[in-house]
Amino acid sequence: MAEYMLLLHENPSGFEGLSPDEIQKVIGEYVAWRSSLAENGRLAGGKKLRDEGGRWLTKENGKVRVIDGPFSEANEVIGGFFLINAADYDEAVEISRSCPHLVYGGRIELREVEPTG
Amino acid sequence: MRSVTDLIFRRRAGQLTATLARVLGIEQLELVEDVVQDAFIRALRVWPTAGIPSNPTAWLLTVAKHRAIDVVRREGRWREKHQEIESAILPAPPDQHAPRIYFTDEIDDDELRLIFATCHPALSRDSQVALTLKTAGGFGTTEIARAFLTSPTTIAQRLVRAKRNLRDAGVVLEIPTGDALQERLAPVLEVLYLMFNEGYSATAGEDLIRGELCAEAIRLVERLAAHPRTGSPTVHALASLFLFQAARLPARTSAGGDLLPLDEQNRSLWNRQTIRRALEHQQRSAGGNVVTPYHLQAEIASCHTLAPRFVDTPWKRILDCYDQLLLIDHSPVVALNRAVAAAHVEGPNAGLRLVGQLKQEPTLQSYHPLYAVEAELMWRAGNASAALRAVNTALNLVSSHPVRRYLEERKRLYSRAPTHSEEAGP
Repeated sequence: MAEYMLLLHENPSGFEGLSPDEIQKVIGEYVAWRSSLAENGRLAGGKKLRDEGGRWLTKENGKVRVIDGPFSEANEVIGGFFLINAADYDEAVEISRSCPHLVYGGRIELREVEPTG
Repeated sequence: MRSVTDLIFRRRAGQLTATLARVLGIEQLELVEDVVQDAFIRALRVWPTAGIPSNPTAWLLTVAKHRAIDVVRREGRWREKHQEIESAILPAPPDQHAPRIYFTDEIDDDELRLIFATCHPALSRDSQVALTLKTAGGFGTTEIARAFLTSPTTIAQRLVRAKRNLRDAGVVLEIPTGDALQERLAPVLEVLYLMFNEGYSATAGEDLIRGELCAEAIRLVERLAAHPRTGSPTVHALASLFLFQAARLPARTSAGGDLLPLDEQNRSLWNRQTIRRALEHQQRSAGGNVVTPYHLQAEIASCHTLAPRFVDTPWKRILDCYDQLLLIDHSPVVALNRAVAAAHVEGPNAGLRLVGQLKQEPTLQSYHPLYAVEAELMWRAGNASAALRAVNTALNLVSSHPVRRYLEERKRLYSRAPTHSEEAGP
């Protein structure tokens, strides 16, 4: 068993015109996906990253430079991530295939987490 | 992670809209809708990954509250409004002695105030219906467009105009009192009646939105019925009408999605609980000294719904009700329904005489039920060729798929020779 991170890339705008009913349906699909993972002990967590650009830090000429990260002007941002447990990449891919993010968000970047210790 | 299914987003959207409209002002309805929409969009963006919060309603309210405060702060009115928003949306802390009503108590009044505004006479009927569905009902523009067979753009424009008219007319949020109450209540009931009928009658297409419209109309009329100021016998009559009809919904379509007429419905599927509620409202509707069209229609609906079998249907009583109804509501549609009842009581030829008169009515020229009724009565009277002519006319006018399939079924029946001639009269 290894841990995998699903980095959820998406376009920052979108969803604007959905009705409460439609929103409920979409959330319901995520809930169903998460529940089925949790039942099998595959869900290790998930976090939402705030909808803003954050800060970019670089070191240039010996000084740390901080700028606001882009958000609304960006084509793609990371909206959040899921953490899952899977035997290997194949299983992790299988789990990720049915993630509603592929329908409602954008691409998923799947990365295996290096075990600690 | 908790389930979303016990939370109805549409309901919450309506409640939030009602309360924020009171706090920010009905003339700010556009803004109120934006704030509410923002809260739901945020939920959509956050809950999937972060999980459903332990108190989703409180989460939505908090987001909406903060957005609302941002807005009034921008407009420089935050000093007066900030406190109002804070106290309107959160329950008063226990150590505060202000007679602050908790959110849940205010909701009922807020929702009623909102529909009195959205059904204000300053708006056209179309606008009243669309605006009520959008704000109090929490339906989306596309959903409303689907229900009324028009484009989302048309509905969007209708809503913009409606909100502008509300502003221009200086409409305020209130539950009207005194003489004004009956006057202002009438259009509200008419809007709910339209809403229910749109949901109940499959006039075109096959869409699940319709059941939602019925449910919403029932919810709002029962709200009105439950409120001490608005719960008049007439409101109870309308509630009973809706519920007697809604009780039959589970049996109305066959497994294949075909429309089943009353004589073919499996009455064991009719909802007993709904019938009980209908009867309670009907009892309360008898308290006044007026008999409104809603009372009579409810009585007719109860005659159908309370009959154990189709053959037990009390057609004479139904005919009497239509006689009374025609006196106060001279509509040709009522006359047509009366013709059907008359045919059951006096035989198909009596019904055909009435149908013949109605074919002169300009408003019924494109009304497919007129020809469907004519076809049925012609067939019962033994005139199959006239029945076929009439059902073909009906088929040319119909747009609903279930109704079309039903008429085509009848057409097949009329086409079979020899014709079946029913006994005339009781």
